[in-house]
Amino acid sequence: MKTAQGRERIAFIILGIITFFVILPVFLTIFYVAKHSIGAISWEFISQYPRNGMKEGGILPAIVGTVYLIVGTMIFSLPIGILSAVYLVEYAKDNFFTRLIKLSIVNLSGIPSIVYGLFGFALFVIFMRFGTSILAGSLTLAIMSLPVIVTATKEALEAVPYSFREISFSLGATKWQTIRYCVLPYALPGILTGTVLSLSRAAGETAPILFTVAAFYLPRLPRSVFDQVMALPYHLYVISTQVPNMPLKISFATAFVLILLVFLMNLVSIVIRAHFRKKKQW
Amino acid sequence: MSDTIIETKRFSAYFDGRCVLKDLEMKIFAHEILGIIGPANSGKTTFLRALNRLNYLKPNYSEKGEIYFLGKNINQIKDSELRKRIGIIFALPQVLPMSIYNNIAYGPRVHGIRKKSTLDELVEVSLKRAYLWDEVRDRLNSPALKLSGGQQQRLCIARTLAVEPDVILYDEPCSGLDPISTAKVEEAMQELRKHYTQVLVTNNTKQAARVSQRCAFFLMGELIEIDETSKLFTAPHDKRTDDYIRGKFG
Repeated sequence: MKTAQGRERIAFIILGIITFFVILPVFLTIFYVAKHSIGAISWEFISQYPRNGMKEGGILPAIVGTVYLIVGTMIFSLPIGILSAVYLVEYAKDNFFTRLIKLSIVNLSGIPSIVYGLFGFALFVIFMRFGTSILAGSLTLAIMSLPVIVTATKEALEAVPYSFREISFSLGATKWQTIRYCVLPYALPGILTGTVLSLSRAAGETAPILFTVAAFYLPRLPRSVFDQVMALPYHLYVISTQVPNMPLKISFATAFVLILLVFLMNLVSIVIRAHFRKKKQW
Repeated sequence: MSDTIIETKRFSAYFDGRCVLKDLEMKIFAHEILGIIGPANSGKTTFLRALNRLNYLKPNYSEKGEIYFLGKNINQIKDSELRKRIGIIFALPQVLPMSIYNNIAYGPRVHGIRKKSTLDELVEVSLKRAYLWDEVRDRLNSPALKLSGGQQQRLCIARTLAVEPDVILYDEPCSGLDPISTAKVEEAMQELRKHYTQVLVTNNTKQAARVSQRCAFFLMGELIEIDETSKLFTAPHDKRTDDYIRGKFG
């Protein structure tokens, strides 16, 4: 095996094995969680309120709460994230101020999520008097998702060939017309993909909602944005650590529902990307 | 040759403070095809893009002096209006990834034309003037990127015509095309003389000789000579023009 082809084969096998280790944890986790949640997952489990100290019944309020939080996060983070990225890429001149903004965005994504939680608690819950509420939780999650959305949108905009803008300007289009008709339509798939991924990450976060929205036990659905809600990640934390004699399969079933929700969102982004890639012509 | 359409007065252009066009004094007349020749880096493209202020898309650009379009300083005309009346065709055929129809309708639409029948007519007239109508009339809704390079370049011409300009600038429009496509583009240019004033920047001196009525020779950002094409190519005043035309440099 001293030939170049022989060494090539060895390298190929080693790389293959190592790559296998990347996907192994994903499948093991899903398999393990799915196996232990058998028997607990049922229509009742996702459609009923928890009963008997959360040891029986379902997790409906937690599912609904997480969905509300995702929607709330989207409402705040999408416009701010996308529009500020449009400003940075298309309008801003390269100067100290814009470099500062770009630096802040990079740093924002490095902040631990528990710090966002504390910050959200101080700003939204206490200072702005929203209380522990969907509003405060959504805003906190939105701030946390902003860097990813801005970065994804920036990259999607920069990937649109400069010639498109030049054509549009040369025909007498204004800056906004150019962005609206010649840039955004072609950046949209990338923007959507990045956005959905950042939202699915926000859906699974525990720390930012810990002090800002999550309820320990609240067997009813929220009536306004100032209500507390239960949320899947926090509920999972509670039943796994705070409730004695919790049937293990209920914890795993809750985890399974959370994974499923996040996977569903990722699937949406994959479908969007695949759909637009087929249509992409340049 | 009669009416002056465009006139430059002591016009200079700079990138990062480096002078790329120096004290340009020239006139462009109605319904002529003005050829601009010169070696690479002589400022031909910068001159072209100065006429409809496209240079300002680059942040490091600055200029001195004046350019007048129909007697009016172009800095006093709104960008969108100026670029509508002075259209440009780029070196490489650049079509937008949309249908043939939408490529041409893009310009009129951004200028506020929404009516379907008006757009239909503009598309048809523009395509006919660019000598492309017969080749694409039955597939206006298919993607423009499916067209060949030569067809794409004529589509770009049609797209520029659709906003009804007075002047059309060509920035080496045939540099990426085969001889047959080049001939078709040149044929279209001759037809367009009836309605438009055209400025053709080209690296191909033979093309300038074939197509233009007057011709200008640029070198290192300076206008060396401008004259009727027949005179410039047979009896140039400046030795440098003579050298360039004979292929001694550049």
